[in-house]
Amino acid sequence: MRMIKAFAAIAALMFIAACSNNEQAAAPSGTTVTPGSVADFRQNVGDRVYFDTDQSSVREDGRQTLNKQAAWLKQYANYQITIEGHCDERGTREYNLALGERRATSVRQYLIAQGIPAARIKTLSYGKERPEVVGSDEGSWARNRRGVTTLQ
Amino acid sequence: MMIPRHLRTVLCAVALAALSAPAYAQLTIDMTKPSFEPVPIAIVDFAGDGVGGEMATVIRNDLQNSGLFRSIPPGSFIERNVNANAAPRFPDWRSVGATGLVVGQVSQVGGNLKVDFRLWDVVAGRQADGLSFTSQPNNWRRLSHIIADAIYKRVTGEEGYFDTRVAYVSETGPLNNRSKRIAIMDQDGANNRYITDGRTLALTPRFSPTLQEIVYMAYGENNGPPRVYLQNVDSGRRELLGNFPGMSFAPRFSPDGTKVAMSLSQDGNTDLYEMDVRGRGMRRLTNTPAIDTSPSYSNDGTQIVFNSDRGGTQQLYVMNAGGGGEKRISFGDGRYATPVWSPRGDYIAFTKIMGNSFGIGVMRPDGSGERLLSNGFLVEGPTWAPNGRVLMFFKQQPNSGGRAGSVSLSAIDITGRFERQVPTPTDASDPAWSPLIPQ
Repeated sequence: MRMIKAFAAIAALMFIAACSNNEQAAAPSGTTVTPGSVADFRQNVGDRVYFDTDQSSVREDGRQTLNKQAAWLKQYANYQITIEGHCDERGTREYNLALGERRATSVRQYLIAQGIPAARIKTLSYGKERPEVVGSDEGSWARNRRGVTTLQ
Repeated sequence: MMIPRHLRTVLCAVALAALSAPAYAQLTIDMTKPSFEPVPIAIVDFAGDGVGGEMATVIRNDLQNSGLFRSIPPGSFIERNVNANAAPRFPDWRSVGATGLVVGQVSQVGGNLKVDFRLWDVVAGRQADGLSFTSQPNNWRRLSHIIADAIYKRVTGEEGYFDTRVAYVSETGPLNNRSKRIAIMDQDGANNRYITDGRTLALTPRFSPTLQEIVYMAYGENNGPPRVYLQNVDSGRRELLGNFPGMSFAPRFSPDGTKVAMSLSQDGNTDLYEMDVRGRGMRRLTNTPAIDTSPSYSNDGTQIVFNSDRGGTQQLYVMNAGGGGEKRISFGDGRYATPVWSPRGDYIAFTKIMGNSFGIGVMRPDGSGERLLSNGFLVEGPTWAPNGRVLMFFKQQPNSGGRAGSVSLSAIDITGRFERQVPTPTDASDPAWSPLIPQ
């Protein structure tokens, strides 16, 4: 199943490349997503979940992503992971460092509950210091309130 | 306290013989009045050496920026080439509207710089102050700030704050991959330099109230957890304060400089601890499932104010310095953060988070008398000048069109007047004001 998805992704990439002859640099030929790679995790599983304002509980959409992460991480058990916790800019620097840590920990605990060994998972809060989206509107803030699973 | 000779700036400071009896009648400002007019003051380029003009510029800038003085433009002066050791022509200075007049003389004495200055009360026609300083020639900027402090003290009756430095976070690069380094500069923006190398994010510098040392938080290399560091700003010597399994952050010195309160996060929970700087012993101050952070000691060291979301939203609490006796003090609309106790003990400054804006305000330590001084899209992180009359904080403009809004430092008087931007070479956040530099 996973292989089929990966092939579908490659086929889609080739189709896009074929449709945009002038933009070959943007989609280098020969790009493949190796199953079990970081790129596979990011593209086919999803490496991040989002949070409500000033909240750190994992939302329903986040649980679905984390279930997929847990399944993938069980299959590729060689990875150590770090959960990065992030906040939007509408809080103070120090409080947001603590809130980011809470968010990262809540993702970590969810993954542990799905059977990932605690020893594999570290947390690291970036508070509001590393936004994903540069914007000062509700949409940008919603994407910056996030927990990102990074693989080592 | 003895200062090693090589760090001393003022080798000698003596009072100049008064050229007339001191007068105390006219050249004063009563800052307890709800509205007061700035004191019009004329500062003449110091005579005798090229640096004299630059010294006068630094002094004018300091006094004017305080909001308590109005520097009269030198172009309007009638009497030029004033002799620093003779009485000026008072009618000439009265007619340009001056209440105070500052004159000075610079000379080279045995490889050192000697600066005599006099402050004249123009209205009374008397000398109000006169001092002579000797120092190494490259200290002329500091001598200028020391003279500005002497004038400020003579006129306002309070200690000055111009011979101080400010540590802050220098920000460069795109917002989603920004370099954040600790920088330090004189309070007026001169002598800017960097004291962390920028390889990892360094945040929240806080000055020792007694020494030229700072504590700050920095991330480790290769995703290492944030830790608290102690660094001497003159020697650059840096030490790790504790090596805890989780993140340690939000450090702040006790008023005597012997302890540092900070937050530790363990398993997602953040509590307050206190470290003895010399012995490195650690004691726990709070133990709740809430976020307890941003601690700040009272000026007498007996209490700590901090912010916590134990009641559901971020609010300010005061407790005993050793922990216990926690009491909420903020009750207005919105959330409250980053409380900072004034070195005078009369106020706690804070950041207030409201619907669509942030504010910088002050309240009494019991929570009464809340007053907002400044607000904007994002204003945060007040720090007190050592005399407790001026606050510095940072101000971020909204991001727009994928571009980061600028971030800069601002200063404001506790009356809420005289807000001004503090110049920095890069975007800047999280200022920390030093104590007066030991002379």
